[in-house]
Amino acid sequence: MTAVPAPRIEPGKTRHARITGGILIGLAILTAVVFAPDGTGIATFRLSRPTDALVLPNLVVPAVPFIYAAAAVLAFLGARQFLRGGTRWTSLSMGIGLAVAVAAFLVWATTGKAFSLTGMLQATMVRAVPIALGGLAGVLSERVAVVNIAIEGMLLAGAFTGALVGSLLGGMGGLAAAVAIGGLFGFILAALVVTYRMDQIIAGVVINLLVLGLTSYVSSQVFQEYRYLNNAPVFRAVKVPLLGDIPILGPMFFQQNIFVYGALIMVGVATYYLFHTRMGLRARAVGEHPRAADTLGINVYRTRYINVTLAGMVAGFGGAWFTLGSVGRFDEGMTGGRGYIGLAAMIFGRWHPVGALAAALVFGFADSLQQKLALLQTPIPSEFLAMAPYVATIIVVAGLVGRARPPAADGKPYVKE
Amino acid sequence: MTDTSMNDLMKAKMIGRSEIEDLIIVPLFAIVAALILGALTMLATNVDLATIGLSYVALLKGSVGSLSAISETLTAAAPLILAGLGLALGFRAGLFNIGAEGQVLMGGMAAVITGFTFTDLPAAILMPMSLLAGALVGALYASIAGWLRVATGAHEVISTIMLNLIAYRLLDYMLRLPFIQKEGRADPISKSVPDAAELPRLLAFIDPNLRVHAGIFLVLVAVAVVYWLLFRSKLGFEFRASGENPQAARYAGMRSGLIIVLAMASAGALAGLAGANQVLGVLGRATPGFSAGIGFDAIAVALLGRSHPIGVLFAGLLFGALEAGGRQMQVDAGVSIDLIGIIQALIIVFIAAPLLVRAVFPWGFRKGSRQTEGGQ
Amino acid sequence: MDIELRGITKRFGPVTANEDVNLSIRSGEVLGLLGENGAGKSTLMNVLCGLYSPTDGEILIDGVPATFDGPGDAIRAGIGMVHQHFMLVPVFTVTENVVLGVERTGRFDHLDLATARAQVHAINDQYGLHVDPDALVENLPVGVQQRVEIIKVLFRSADVLILDEPTAVLTPQEVDDFFQIIKALRDAGKALVFITHKLNEILEIADRISVIRNGRIVGEGLPKDLTRPQLAEMMVGRPVSFDVVKKPFAPGGTLLETRDLTVLRDTDEIAIDHLNLTVRSGEIVGIAGVQGNGQSALIEVLTGLRRATEGQVMFDGQDITRTSVRERHRLGIAHIPEDRQTVGLIKNFTVAENMVLDTYYDARFSRGPRVDWAQVNKVSAGFVRDFDIRTPSVFQAAGHLSGGNQQKLVVARELSRETKLLIAGQPTRGLDVGSIEYIHKRLIAARDEGDGVLIVSSELDEIMALSDRILVMFKGRIVAEYDANAGPVDKSAIGLAMAGAAA
Repeated sequence: MTAVPAPRIEPGKTRHARITGGILIGLAILTAVVFAPDGTGIATFRLSRPTDALVLPNLVVPAVPFIYAAAAVLAFLGARQFLRGGTRWTSLSMGIGLAVAVAAFLVWATTGKAFSLTGMLQATMVRAVPIALGGLAGVLSERVAVVNIAIEGMLLAGAFTGALVGSLLGGMGGLAAAVAIGGLFGFILAALVVTYRMDQIIAGVVINLLVLGLTSYVSSQVFQEYRYLNNAPVFRAVKVPLLGDIPILGPMFFQQNIFVYGALIMVGVATYYLFHTRMGLRARAVGEHPRAADTLGINVYRTRYINVTLAGMVAGFGGAWFTLGSVGRFDEGMTGGRGYIGLAAMIFGRWHPVGALAAALVFGFADSLQQKLALLQTPIPSEFLAMAPYVATIIVVAGLVGRARPPAADGKPYVKE
Repeated sequence: MTDTSMNDLMKAKMIGRSEIEDLIIVPLFAIVAALILGALTMLATNVDLATIGLSYVALLKGSVGSLSAISETLTAAAPLILAGLGLALGFRAGLFNIGAEGQVLMGGMAAVITGFTFTDLPAAILMPMSLLAGALVGALYASIAGWLRVATGAHEVISTIMLNLIAYRLLDYMLRLPFIQKEGRADPISKSVPDAAELPRLLAFIDPNLRVHAGIFLVLVAVAVVYWLLFRSKLGFEFRASGENPQAARYAGMRSGLIIVLAMASAGALAGLAGANQVLGVLGRATPGFSAGIGFDAIAVALLGRSHPIGVLFAGLLFGALEAGGRQMQVDAGVSIDLIGIIQALIIVFIAAPLLVRAVFPWGFRKGSRQTEGGQ
Repeated sequence: MDIELRGITKRFGPVTANEDVNLSIRSGEVLGLLGENGAGKSTLMNVLCGLYSPTDGEILIDGVPATFDGPGDAIRAGIGMVHQHFMLVPVFTVTENVVLGVERTGRFDHLDLATARAQVHAINDQYGLHVDPDALVENLPVGVQQRVEIIKVLFRSADVLILDEPTAVLTPQEVDDFFQIIKALRDAGKALVFITHKLNEILEIADRISVIRNGRIVGEGLPKDLTRPQLAEMMVGRPVSFDVVKKPFAPGGTLLETRDLTVLRDTDEIAIDHLNLTVRSGEIVGIAGVQGNGQSALIEVLTGLRRATEGQVMFDGQDITRTSVRERHRLGIAHIPEDRQTVGLIKNFTVAENMVLDTYYDARFSRGPRVDWAQVNKVSAGFVRDFDIRTPSVFQAAGHLSGGNQQKLVVARELSRETKLLIAGQPTRGLDVGSIEYIHKRLIAARDEGDGVLIVSSELDEIMALSDRILVMFKGRIVAEYDANAGPVDKSAIGLAMAGAAA
């Protein structure tokens, strides 16, 4: 028993910092050992296309110095976390560290070749769309405390309906129908969990199975025979005047199709709705403390119905991306787990629309990375590259990149007395 | 108080009407409602009434209409029951494990590799060893999600789904590895397991085409073991307590982290066994996506069986029958087997929302016979 | 505004919560509604504020019959309720909580919080409430949160305020302040209903008293005409003795000791700050304090549910700082948890299963990896009989028992094994008087048999009635200690210590 009280330690944060430090040091070793290139390779990154209004010169990186510098930065960050522990910069260090490691990886993979960075970023945004919209759908329903595992099914339903109705009525009709069908499944989810008090996770899983069954059935029963029903027009990219000419950012944000613009607008509108309107305040109250909302005359059930239906509409729009936004044709199970990755984006984004978008960009990056790297002929098997988004998702839900508090009533049914 | 009153206290409750409604009437109505909605789906996709009738006749014929139909039903049911038992165990422990699909794949793969690697061993050793390898690898793969939940709080729903997707890629990768890929083939397909590793066919003496195999004994043993584990053993008590109320379990001195990992591992072992059962009993080798959605159908089986081993047994038989009948339906009536997926999903909707069944079929239940208990 | 309740009856299925209740509420007056837990007070008031609709009977507002389709209707009619469990959203600011449900908006549904903030300031000034409109509710002490609830009601221009057990979470000093606020409201012409089971408080603050028992009004009168024993008898239905019979104090050696114990909450804030305490065998130590001063963390760290950051816990001469929950059970520490509903038992498990929740592994109940259920059922039936637990069978789900019987089940389980130390958190919260008496008797019996007993309770009266020694906890420290056997302890001194005055 010492006379002087020991300094107050914070074990939770220290542990977190230690883990982070360990991961960063591991990345440093990986970078220095595995990515170390032989000789004097040079990696060339293209920043613009020759047709652009404003052509930037290529970014030329000497591989060896860059990779060793990256390893050094990682080692420094890791050692700092490991030794000092519990500083305020844990999450930031992790973020910087991951970015540096990815950059080193890219340089390694590109050594001796050329790689279009702009194309990569453009693809990142495109691939982020369904994830961002899935995440946004998650935010809208979890803010009213309904866990929405059904996003995957809603995306799939949107993709299917977009293709079917799009083939018959054209792109806009298909899009409207996709939004409507998403809303319908949102409404069904709300009915199951709010009115019939089904377990929220089971309800979500069941909707996913149902949508998978329905869409697979129709595509094998009907589409096989009537191919014109599965041949929808695709929305082309529309360049925004002036903004689209900004180097790097222009192609990423302003030379895209309706889905990218739609996603960006929806994120803005949802943020305004949740945090600056009466409806949003009430929705959040229902998610945090439904009984309190009830005693104040707010209709908890109706609020949940409305928000979960809205979430379904957002997911339906996101689902249409798979067909109307890329290939125009529906394939069985083509969403490939994007809805679940969207949920991870929601968690990573701390239940905030803008956060979900930012997180979706990270996943979109991982997704487009694996696609582009396949072109670079790296020695990594393509199957492992294809796992990247999934592994990233696990890392995110495991909270290695910081954690936030979900709405207090999340997942709990509300039984009015 | 007298001894008689003590005995009264220990008299188990008779099975009441509300239990019968829960265990029999609700599932029955659920199946009927799902079949009706399935018919409506067919109508909506321009299948005429005669064909619909034909397809349901085919469904019945293909599932129980002949010895070979029954053999097919049992063959399809076996892996569903095994994986369903694993999921039921997880549900009882409060874990919503959606990862059976990945565990089936990994377990099946391990069984195949063990089978074709030790070709010299006699059947008495090689077959159990291959099964064991499947169970072990399934358990390890599931434990990853359990460990992540314990160490980091990552919800198992998302992590197991991601592990499924990873398993698909891993399988594709492995099937092209030189020591696994079948010699002289360019497509991803594994070497075949030797006869000594295979689960023997039981009715081959009647007709070599009857596929029902020794896996059904494995299923019966697994049902009994899971029943004992859940309701008779200390570990099962801990599983159930943590599942019902993790806080109370911790208060009672149960080690929640260990329980979660053990429950996931047991669930994974059963799913891995389901995978091994498929490759050793039916397929003889591994191909991409050889799990054929068993892991997902097993979720439905576990839910339909109310996470009870006996219930899972019957639910698995039902789903196996739907599966076998569905194939007949496709042949006889030309209706896509994917319809079965819809019917299965609808059955669970009605099972998991008994209030919905009561709303749809109000005349099937005594009025106000049971208030649903409050939320957990 | 005056309100008449006429013949109000409320049934939930076969259960009758209120029957034929008549009550009148008048402006400029505090009506005290006295009744013990489970008497039907809260149900009655939930009928009045529109949360429940009555099965029978009518509500008259200024002589005109009114029907409420939901809380919104009651609010519009000028009836506001301050619930026992605050209905505040912790992550919202005070202003956001106040406007919720009656928000003013501009274009595009845009929230107008500026006007509301000004109104909160005005209400603050009028009744002397001193609440920061921009503070996050979760950062406010409970006493202030209660004032937020009152602002919420006043913001909706309520003329009738229903206060459900409002003093349960307050220190004696906070209660005094709170009564000033009630008087200010009454003098401003508001009608108030003060619901409580505390006799002293109702005699102090009520202008008129109605007593409710088993859902019926069983007595009415003015405070000056009624005495404590009379009220108690009306409330419980039989004469109640407030005295506790204990054997003479004969403490043994030190059983439990903490040395500079420091514990963190999940949020990494300090919950317990270099705390030192001892419990001897044959002694009841009561810990008083306002909720949220580290009492829960103290119980958790002593029972092994939470890790100590610094310091030691010694039990029976042995360092148990890092010992597991189960090992502590084996050493003889029994634990009656604060929250029996969610921690102490598993509602969907049977009485028998709950009875062995923390002893199923014991040689008495298991054979190898197997639980001997026949033995468990037999022993459980014995406990049910010995502890007078009302249940039709040991196979009944614990969730179907009444609150008092659930608590008896927990007490039976914890006391039926070899114990040396009993740690009890809020052992009688929410129970009826009969169950409270029974639990108290059992706790004292444990002490008389030589066990050490540590009780944490927010009911100061309970602490004072049972304890041999009273410790006051404030901000994670013991700030005062009183020897109850040395003579009567000054309640107001404890109250001051609870508010941190002694620190």
